Amino acid sequence: MLKLRGVSKHFGQTTAIRPLDLEIPAGRTTVLIGPSGCGKSTLLRLMIGLIQPDTGTVSFEDTALTTSNIASLRHRMGYVIQDGGLFPHLTAQENIELMARHLSWDGSRIASRLSELVDLTHFPVDGLERYPVQLSGGQRQRVSLMRALMLDPHVLLLDEPLGSLDPMVRSDLQAELKSIFDTLKKTVVLVTHDMGEAGFFGNQILLLRDGGIVQQGTLAELVTTPSNPFVTRFVNAQRSPLDAFGENAS
Amino acid sequence: MKQVFTSLVCVIVVCLSSPAFGKNQNVTVGSKSFTESVVLGELVSHLARSADGSAIHRQAMGGTRVLWNALNNGDIDIYPEYTGTITQEILSGQKITGMKDIRQAIAAHGLRMSRPLGFNNTYAIGMKEPRANELGITTVSDLRTHPDLRFGFSNEFMDRGDGWPSLRNTYALPQQHVNGLEHDLAYRGLESGSIDAIDLYMTDADIQYYQLRVLEDDLSHFPEYDAVLLYREDLERRAPRVISAIRILEGNISETEMRAMNAQVKIERNTETRTAADFLKTKLGLTVQYSEESIADRVFRTTREHIVLVMISLSAAILIALPLGIIAVRLPRLGHVILGMVGVVQTIPALALLVFMIPLLGIGVPAAIAALFLYSLLPIVRNTYTGLHDIPHPLRESAEALGLPPHVRLRRIELPLASRSILAGIKTSAVINVGFATLGAFIAAGGYGESILTGIRLDDMSLILQGAIPAALLALAVQGLFELMERVVVPRGLRLTA
Repeated sequence: MLKLRGVSKHFGQTTAIRPLDLEIPAGRTTVLIGPSGCGKSTLLRLMIGLIQPDTGTVSFEDTALTTSNIASLRHRMGYVIQDGGLFPHLTAQENIELMARHLSWDGSRIASRLSELVDLTHFPVDGLERYPVQLSGGQRQRVSLMRALMLDPHVLLLDEPLGSLDPMVRSDLQAELKSIFDTLKKTVVLVTHDMGEAGFFGNQILLLRDGGIVQQGTLAELVTTPSNPFVTRFVNAQRSPLDAFGENAS
Repeated sequence: MKQVFTSLVCVIVVCLSSPAFGKNQNVTVGSKSFTESVVLGELVSHLARSADGSAIHRQAMGGTRVLWNALNNGDIDIYPEYTGTITQEILSGQKITGMKDIRQAIAAHGLRMSRPLGFNNTYAIGMKEPRANELGITTVSDLRTHPDLRFGFSNEFMDRGDGWPSLRNTYALPQQHVNGLEHDLAYRGLESGSIDAIDLYMTDADIQYYQLRVLEDDLSHFPEYDAVLLYREDLERRAPRVISAIRILEGNISETEMRAMNAQVKIERNTETRTAADFLKTKLGLTVQYSEESIADRVFRTTREHIVLVMISLSAAILIALPLGIIAVRLPRLGHVILGMVGVVQTIPALALLVFMIPLLGIGVPAAIAALFLYSLLPIVRNTYTGLHDIPHPLRESAEALGLPPHVRLRRIELPLASRSILAGIKTSAVINVGFATLGAFIAAGGYGESILTGIRLDDMSLILQGAIPAALLALAVQGLFELMERVVVPRGLRLTA
């Protein structure tokens, strides 16, 4: 699905990503996790071509990303960021339909896709006419997800999508997101700094530190066979993973 | 947005086709910014109209240089001048004395000169009659024995060839208290006793009004200032009847008559138009048709002229500044240069900017529009730049991550998000523009400034207010219009607070 070969990235003097190889498997959820500044968001942005690697190549469905093909490749990728990144001057519906209209889909196709997405995300229909500022944080993230899913992308990239929500909403939305992922069976790459969330979502977890991959595996592997002391320290630094671990194990 | 643009274009087209731009007049008369010149211009215009049906008089365009250049450029065809000014100022490098030499010298510029109109409006030095009497001063030489006298001379007199420096040399004058000031204010200074002597023109209406003694130029320092008409050679071909009609003025205006006409305008508050027509009737037995502009007519005309100046310059500024702002954001290095350059333009004093335009575009509406255009750039460029630059990074990236091509992102996302800032920039430019456009009158571009400047020249407060009040109202109206426009242009989602 997504392949990174010898990819590295610097911002000025700072190394963001050390040369690494990585393959994102199709149809599963991969979680990128690590402390702040570890390069997890940078890695995600490399995958959708918002930034270009200094060395190596990123390829999506066997096509190497270039500045000329990236715009059309993005039609097969969905991207959701922390605060949703909704355009404040467009209503929820206009935000969701933006790309379809740009690609000149006909009205009935847009309408039927929209109603599918509203059902999928349990979004209140009367919210579609509202502007982002009139929606709650959770509703905004649903709209953002619908916008990302509108063109039925092959991969969904989410950068701390639930990061700014309060715990109750967050917990509900986590469950909903997971069921959506399971329903859609799409390839998902999710960035978080929350080990509990990582364990909850991830078939595969990638723990990053200082721009490199420390360990790659399931949560169970990270807990039982840590590749170095940092992994254990990182896993134990958070309280919730133990609950999630219990849930996952049962 | 598209409709707004279309209507803007329509307004520009309508404005451009308005009479202010048409150059279908046969004869264009010019005059300098003082009453006598305007009266002479009106005399010429009346005669030209009765001979040829049409003439336009661009009143009070400025000083000698402005008129001379306008005549040479063909912006005007004819204007009243003085032989002394020609020899001392215009052709001062050529050491010309007689009429014959002047004719020869100006022929090289493709210009002709009428015979003298009759009066000699030379410079003179004047004092209040009682003060001069008390000190026993009748000639300029007499001033030598009173070194404590305070002089207040017009700024032009302070440094012209036959002005104060050479007068001091000719008469060996010892006075130290010599200051430059506005000519009209000099009379008031004399009246209040804060100065003792001023420069004046022989035909000034104020000589009688303020009861001044004109000191005899006993060493013949001042050259002759015979009034003449300078006109373009081609006028003889284009409008021969006009040339023969205006020749009736030659030798027909005495100093007393000219002074009386000046007094009619400055003291009796008659218009120059009527004063000139009355003279033609009583002195020459010619009845001319003329219509005097009512206050409503004047306000209507100057409003139209003013709006034309503002609309065209502002529209052009929007069309140029918006792309410049966009480029400045896209190419930061070039952006620094662009912002720097439009910033520098803004530091040029408004009046200087207008004057800089004259050599490039001549005098009048196009030069004023060009200056207004340059002045309007900075607020729009800067606000476009700021508006686009300040779009939150996540929004910019979201638009990119969706796969929208750059031009669609600009149109559908970035410009709407920056619309409030851009509109605020345009509003700032428009309001500044309404005020700045009043200065256009300094270079004969019309508008409210014309009423204001004429009012100042004639010391006529009602005329000043006929310009100043509508200008203030227009500025308010523009402000209001933009507030309404904000509701149309700025997307609803950006106007909601929660």
